[in-house]
Amino acid sequence: MEPLAKQSQDFKIYRYAWLPLAAAVTYLLKTSGNLSWLDAAALGVPLCVIGQFELVAAKYTCKFAPLQRTTVWRLAATHVVAAQVIGLIWVVLAKVLANILAQQTGLHGLDQRLAAQTGIVYIAANFFYYLAAAYYYVLLAQAASHQAEARAMETSILARDAELKALKAQINPHFLFNSLNSISALTSIDAARAREMCLLLADFLRMTLRLGEKAQIPLSQEIELLEKFLAIEKVRFGARLTMEMAIEEQARRCLVPTLLLQPLVENAVTHGIAKLTEGGTVRLAATNHGSQLAITVENSMDPDAPADRKGGMGLRNVRERLEARYGKEASVRATAEEDTFRVNLSLPAEYEEKA
Amino acid sequence: MNKNAKRNLRAIIVDDEELARSIVRELLRPHSEIQVVAECVNGFEAVKAVAEYKPDLLFLDVQMPKLTGFDVLELIGREAAVIFVTAYDEFAMKAFEVHAVDYLLKPVGRERLEAALERAKARLGEKRPEPTELSAAARPPGEYAERIVVKDGTKVTLIPVEKLDYAEAQDDYVALASEGKKHLKQQTIASVEASLDPKLFVRIHRSYVVNLERVARIEPYGKDSKLAILSTGARLPVSRTGYARLKELLDERG
Repeated sequence: MEPLAKQSQDFKIYRYAWLPLAAAVTYLLKTSGNLSWLDAAALGVPLCVIGQFELVAAKYTCKFAPLQRTTVWRLAATHVVAAQVIGLIWVVLAKVLANILAQQTGLHGLDQRLAAQTGIVYIAANFFYYLAAAYYYVLLAQAASHQAEARAMETSILARDAELKALKAQINPHFLFNSLNSISALTSIDAARAREMCLLLADFLRMTLRLGEKAQIPLSQEIELLEKFLAIEKVRFGARLTMEMAIEEQARRCLVPTLLLQPLVENAVTHGIAKLTEGGTVRLAATNHGSQLAITVENSMDPDAPADRKGGMGLRNVRERLEARYGKEASVRATAEEDTFRVNLSLPAEYEEKA
Repeated sequence: MNKNAKRNLRAIIVDDEELARSIVRELLRPHSEIQVVAECVNGFEAVKAVAEYKPDLLFLDVQMPKLTGFDVLELIGREAAVIFVTAYDEFAMKAFEVHAVDYLLKPVGRERLEAALERAKARLGEKRPEPTELSAAARPPGEYAERIVVKDGTKVTLIPVEKLDYAEAQDDYVALASEGKKHLKQQTIASVEASLDPKLFVRIHRSYVVNLERVARIEPYGKDSKLAILSTGARLPVSRTGYARLKELLDERG
């Protein structure tokens, strides 16, 4: 952040802090012993102007012993020790000042008159230290809440960005154009199949739009959408495209971010199967491992084909969405081995709450 | 022009999707002057079919397994007029730079296809520039070939650039040395050089471009020149300017 600006913010208080401190010290010195008002003020004002800077120490002890993460005993020990050290420093400071001031006319013998009052200085310094510690704890709490707010904001912006990108990516226009081309070809060859494909495509689009409004859906609905998608692609690719699904019953009920798998399956087709002369298989598997849901999307690929940058985009989208939503609790791993490309997803298994 | 319009045209349709081929076939059916002599499901088949049938016209998909439509165009030279048919509009610019006759977007409509046929008929008989030179020219700056496609008769070989040891100019051809073999391609050494990443390949001689990774050592040879000894054992002449370029690149790599 801005260490300098922040630093000066912390020190601003010292422009005025000495005033009440000096007033209090002067009053205590006057009323508790044989010091005159002049004695008390002459000593109290410079003592507090200089002594207040010792109180900065409280900033470091507060950081050292944060309220939420320190035991009561340690907290007490830290501050009692610090307060006593500060108290001693103030006493020494007071004595040195008194010695210097004693040389001034009108203040002769101030050092002797102070000797009996060092206890007051000590107690006042202790008290001031506790005040300062309280002040810094408030500052720290403020900073922490600011930070938490900023982090929450950042996370929500990231999540929304990822959602937007995902929404834009969910219907690849090329998928539409190719499907329409297939329908156009089918109209004269096999009108019934053309109609069937129109219905498939309409179903798929309607479902995409409907699901797009929700943040999370049960995996079973995402799978249903993918089956529609693959059925359409099957019309295009014919025997070149085969699919296998192994979805555990319990996994079906898990909630997943909407259209999370769609771009991965689309990649599997366009960057995997479509690049193979003989075609290949898209495999989808999901199981529960304890509190995690594990999903695998796998496809055959041509090991010689140059790496595709667009495929990387879809994958990055998925990674960003999971990270924004689940943080470290989710992971995405992509591996390419020989003629298989595999994406492993792991995310917390969440279930719809029964109303 | 009129002579061409009356002429019978031989066409080949290349697309990996059966339905995509069938719509083009259907739209061509009313044209009795066009005879579809072959349909191919991938680029390899297309290159073979072009050599075999010598078509006038090629309907070519872009995104196909192994060889893209652009690879096919580069390999078949000026043997046929090419009409690209694809769902992707982003290749249109590149298609015209490699002098494709037209660029049809899927779904393909009759009117648009008729217009493409008119253009094709007008273009046939015109002399077209060498496609290999053009495809190099169509490459955006900062982007280099990941592989080189070579045709030997009807056999197509893909050489990934990391497996290319060196290229040697031989008259109208370049010999591309890779994995102990030499592949001949009708292309100039300058355009081969232009298609390769200058951080990985360097022109060491008027007739040679070498893969930096393969250079094992450099030995003096004669008064002014040197020899580059490759890890494969090949010995290539290095000219004075070639040596300066080579040294600069090797120094950069440390």
